[in-house]
Amino acid sequence: MCLAIPVKVIETRGGTDALLDPPVAIVDAEGIRQEVRLDLVDRMPEPGDWLIVHAGFAINCLDPEEARKNLELMNEMAGQVGKAADIS
Amino acid sequence: MKYVDEFRNPRLVRAIACRLENAALNPVAIMEVCGTHTMSIFRHGLRELIPRQISLVSGPGCPVCVTPAGLIDACAEIAAVPGVIIASFGDMIRVPGAGTSLENARAAGADVRMVLSAVSALDIARQNPDRQVVFISVGFETTTPGTAAAVMQAHAENISNFSIVPCNRTMPAPLRLLMEEPGSAIQGLLCPGHVSVITGSSAFEFLPSEYGIACAIAGFEPADIMQGILSIVEQVENGNPHVENCYGRAVNPGGNPRARALAEEVFRPCDAWWRGLGLIKESGLALRRRYRSFDALQRFGIEPAPGNEPPGCLCGKILRGAATPVECPLFEKKCVPSSPVGPCMVSAEGTCAAWYRYGIGHNRIHQTDD
Ligand code: SF4
Repeated sequence: MCLAIPVKVIETRGGTDALLDPPVAIVDAEGIRQEVRLDLVDRMPEPGDWLIVHAGFAINCLDPEEARKNLELMNEMAGQVGKAADIS
Repeated sequence: MKYVDEFRNPRLVRAIACRLENAALNPVAIMEVCGTHTMSIFRHGLRELIPRQISLVSGPGCPVCVTPAGLIDACAEIAAVPGVIIASFGDMIRVPGAGTSLENARAAGADVRMVLSAVSALDIARQNPDRQVVFISVGFETTTPGTAAAVMQAHAENISNFSIVPCNRTMPAPLRLLMEEPGSAIQGLLCPGHVSVITGSSAFEFLPSEYGIACAIAGFEPADIMQGILSIVEQVENGNPHVENCYGRAVNPGGNPRARALAEEVFRPCDAWWRGLGLIKESGLALRRRYRSFDALQRFGIEPAPGNEPPGCLCGKILRGAATPVECPLFEKKCVPSSPVGPCMVSAEGTCAAWYRYGIGHNRIHQTDD
């Protein structure tokens, strides 16, 4: 029930009424199109944005800037070790 | 795939593992709370990369596994009521209660359907106005807001043939219990990534401040998990336990207040039973007065019995991180995924299912233990 991988937004629909016409996104989850609800996210995502989805609801939009920082930090660690390994 | 492949890069994962090898000077016991972490650790073979002095134990992070047997029997009892349609997450259908399971109820003629979301259960109710549709609502902080949204929608649309069995649980409460358990050896906690998306990192602050537990919030890709473990080991080695957010791309420090507000609109905290852990204060969720008519247990007048665990099953200990599946005499013998004895062998997030599926048999464990 927990989808651990992010999904990509293809288009968004609805949202005229929070309860009677809730906002949804059509997403591409590993090649399969799915509809996910956007009730829980604080902004309407754009096509091309990435979402974290759980039990049919997007729980957050992925932050590309933070993803870059995540990776940079990891690479930094990896780089340091790489050098040390080269020396030995 | 974007945001996935980068964090699976084997060179990166190995490099972090190498740094971990250097950092881990002393034995460190780490609990991974989330069943999705457990699965990911096995799937990507991370146990092979983690130094021997680091021991990983699984915690009570599988919502299906911690649902008490009595509540499952109650669900099966509702399923047997003529005209009822049960809508449930798949794993929940096969979990044995004390006497029966939803699967058994289905074999006896009940209409039990698998859904992926509370919203799909509500759809079934709309399509079947002359039938009562009951959603088995399990899940932690991550799942509850969506279920709350579905209940609010049912309320707004006046859908009277929809109800839920509220089995929702909240995560930090059992962690406190585990840390207070006499003789607990746990020094670090790999915090559940997607619970944290909702709660933010603050929900775990009490662990370092009150119990000196090192915490890392991590994503689910191999590099994420390895980085989380590295962070915990460094915190322990430096004597500086805190909550480190290693999953910044998804977890904001303040979590998701919008999701929390939805959950709070519909549910209030209540004391609740956990399989293996017993009754924990304010660790469950009950429907608030305004939405109480959507409580299936009240609608059908069913009182869950405090059911016993299946005889011989060690799930209780496993959920507390006090035993591993190979210590259970039934593991791989009487208890296999095709005919599970306990819940941990059923759920895709269950510890016994993970050990079984990835063939972590007795040999591997003897290696780790000696
Ligand atoms: S192997 Fe089966 S019986 Fe043993 S603890 Fe796991 S689920 Fe329970």
